[in-house]
Amino acid sequence: MSMEFEIIFTAVMVATACALVGTFMMLRKITMLADAISHAVLPGIVLAFLLTGSRNVLPMLIGAGLLGLLTTWLTELLRNRGRVNEDAAMGTVFTFLFAVGVILISLFSRQVDLDQDCVLYGEIAYVPLDLETHLGLTLPRAFWQTGGVLLLVVAFVGLGYKELKLCAFDPAYAVSVGISTVVWHYALMSVVSLVTVSSFESVGAILVVALIVAPPATAFLLTDKLRWLLGIAVGIGGLSSVLGYYVAAYYNASIAGGITVVLGALFLIVFLFAPDNGLVIRWQKGRRTPQSVVAEPSR
Amino acid sequence: MIVSDARRSEGQTIALEVHDLTVAYRDKPVIWGVDFALPERQLAAIVGPNGAGKSTLLKTIMGLITAASGQVRVYDQPLEAVRKEVAYVPQRESVDWDFPTNVLDVVMMGRYGQMGLFSRPGKADREAAMSALEKVGMAEFAKRQISQLSGGQQQRIFLARALAQEARLYLMDEPFAGVDAATEAAILELLQSLRAEGRTVLVVHHDLQTVADYFDYVLMINMRLIADGRMEETFTTENLQKTYGGRLNLLSEVAHLATRHSHILQAEKKPE
Ligand SMILES: Nc1ncnc2c1ncn2[C@@H]1O[C@H](COP(=O)(O)OP(=O)(O)OP(=O)(O)O)[C@@H](O)[C@H]1O
Ligand SMILES: [Mg+2]
Repeated sequence: MSMEFEIIFTAVMVATACALVGTFMMLRKITMLADAISHAVLPGIVLAFLLTGSRNVLPMLIGAGLLGLLTTWLTELLRNRGRVNEDAAMGTVFTFLFAVGVILISLFSRQVDLDQDCVLYGEIAYVPLDLETHLGLTLPRAFWQTGGVLLLVVAFVGLGYKELKLCAFDPAYAVSVGISTVVWHYALMSVVSLVTVSSFESVGAILVVALIVAPPATAFLLTDKLRWLLGIAVGIGGLSSVLGYYVAAYYNASIAGGITVVLGALFLIVFLFAPDNGLVIRWQKGRRTPQSVVAEPSR
Repeated sequence: MIVSDARRSEGQTIALEVHDLTVAYRDKPVIWGVDFALPERQLAAIVGPNGAGKSTLLKTIMGLITAASGQVRVYDQPLEAVRKEVAYVPQRESVDWDFPTNVLDVVMMGRYGQMGLFSRPGKADREAAMSALEKVGMAEFAKRQISQLSGGQQQRIFLARALAQEARLYLMDEPFAGVDAATEAAILELLQSLRAEGRTVLVVHHDLQTVADYFDYVLMINMRLIADGRMEETFTTENLQKTYGGRLNLLSEVAHLATRHSHILQAEKKPE
């Protein structure tokens, strides 16, 4: 396997996992919770690191998962009990937890082999250097890590498809037929935490958010069917990973940066030129029948 | 249980019993000590001014909101035990109709509760959904995206979803809101056929002009339960005034209509 392939393959796996959970987050209009969680899991990772003294994946995933749940729970608590609106609640919780993480890193900087740049931007270029052997196979550690989480995400979305869909479309009705929106909310948030943390080292906290937010938002402009939405979001995430890698290679820039730029560019192109919802098409239609612009509901 | 004993002795089964229910948002009570027993096989209306707590009452019965105190029993059992027997139709403004799905998928959601975790809709579910769509006259829209429906069509889809549940008790929040006369007639017919099949339907209704025409039974609510019972005895000027306060001139007119209506009804009934 070439190093190039290993890097791109890792990025595509991360992008796929992000696009799947991101689609359901977008439909539930809680995309920004991904931003919150991606920051708030930091102290969980650092604590796992300090407690086990290793970069072993499992404790980190557990630490991050717990912090993800804590973020979700604290946000709900502030919102329900404290008359704080959701944005403010989230903003307060995640900046606080992120700050705790940063302080922990600087306090224990000698024990913790994690620097803040790496956490924010990741270093996917190092993926091929860090190998691990399981089941007699020696592969990049990132393959095991992101691959495992990707399998989990696919299973979660596959098995919970109808529940996730109903909870997103009509939560009150979901409860009325006995499907617990609370349980599914926490389940989704736990999976998001795992996706975030498994992607941390490779792509960093900022790109994870971009990969969760941008592909579903772009896909939403291209289809009005949920299965297609999931598929197109995955496709856009994957395509951006591949193109982003080559953009970065060409300019000798950060790979995470390259992927983010491509994500943004694809969104812009679709926003302008999408067949039904694109700005250009709507503008043309609007010139022909001026009223339809006014009648068009805003998204 | 005191409430229902009297009625049970009349030999009627009670579909829904609400006992001393109090509901608060944060610390502000919006429903206070509501107590009633709704006999089965009725078309029942909930009326009351905006903010009276009608939607809140339905949501509490469905377990969407936790009551501060009191209890709800459906066919003399706690809700959890008979959840499959109860179908809820929310106000259609409560969802985002830009959601990427089609009409048949939404109606199929009525089957999710019965399907169980992890299982997928099968042939029987699809058939139940299609037959529900036929009942609301929307079968040819099955593959239509929900973002392309009119308000009246959205309302009928929500009704179809509840029908697909094949429940015994239906709770509907303003199913007549914002529909045209033809749709209103179609929905009314649907409700009547549910009653004819032995089901019980409780509907939040805003149009005081038609309440007496459409329903057999009425709950009049303004934070507290003002009155409940058979339409003829309950829907009176006095109760309307108590429910809506003195602020409606129109009210006396409506009540007048209603009494006239019940006179007509009685006149019609006499020859039999
Ligand atoms: N989520 C909420 N948080 C706080 N207060 C609420 C909430 N929902 C409703 N209320 C308040 O509870 C009261 C009852 O509301 P509800 O929606 O049950 O009234 P309603 O009878 O259905 O009114 P309408 O006829 O306008 O639909 C109102 O005063 C309302 O402001
Ligand atoms: Mg209401």
